Amino acid sequence: MMLGITQEDQGEWVVLKLSGEIDMATGPQLRQKIVQRVQDGQANLIVDLSEVDFIDSTGLGVLIGGLKRTRSHGGDLRCVGLTEPLKEMFKLTGLDTVLTKEGINPIERNQT
Amino acid sequence: MAKGITLEIPAKAEYLSLVRAVVVSAAGLDPAVEDQRLEDLRLAVSEATTNAIRAHANLGSDERITIRCGLGDDRIEVEVQDRGPGFNPEKLKDTGPLNEPGRLQYEGGFGIPLMRVLADEIQINSADEGTTVQLVVYTPPST
Repeated sequence: MMLGITQEDQGEWVVLKLSGEIDMATGPQLRQKIVQRVQDGQANLIVDLSEVDFIDSTGLGVLIGGLKRTRSHGGDLRCVGLTEPLKEMFKLTGLDTVLTKEGINPIERNQT
Repeated sequence: MAKGITLEIPAKAEYLSLVRAVVVSAAGLDPAVEDQRLEDLRLAVSEATTNAIRAHANLGSDERITIRCGLGDDRIEVEVQDRGPGFNPEKLKDTGPLNEPGRLQYEGGFGIPLMRVLADEIQINSADEGTTVQLVVYTPPST
């Protein structure tokens, strides 16, 4: 199964909208995309997971790696749109407090 | 177990999605199993199979991974068997509790701790000729 990735620029943030499953087979695609964006100087990333119905620990590892990479370049990485199975996974691993900080899409927050 | 399936796959990541789908479909044949437990099983099986694929990294491409899923009266049992070089589960690096903020320094190592949380029982038998991970999820008695 492939991972769908579309990109949209929203001000200083880049939204990566994903669809499908994130695991050992598809994780490298996402890692490559994040690395590419940061290399291009776009280190503020929002990962929209609303159409992702499965993520395993390999996928979480990619997101943690992405978080470190963006922060080391003065940016940040936030996950939004978690479906129920993903919320459970993020909670189990404590990543809900780190990757979905404040639970608010930073774009929406900036607009209010 | 009287009811169940056996699946043999090449040790390639592109088969993970198939394994998850087949195991969850087989486990779902038990009408008593709750959706949340199927989700737990989906993730635990994915973790076990991912580890098995990694264990095959240096083996010949013909070596296969075997996944068995059995349905019992009060349980679903899944066994993932690889033919990799084996490891000592006691000597795994302790990366702290799963939800500890310090965990963030590690990008991997979530697999076995996650399986321990998701499954009701887990047994890991590892030797030079391979590793078998057995996962058990309890199910309510059928009425």
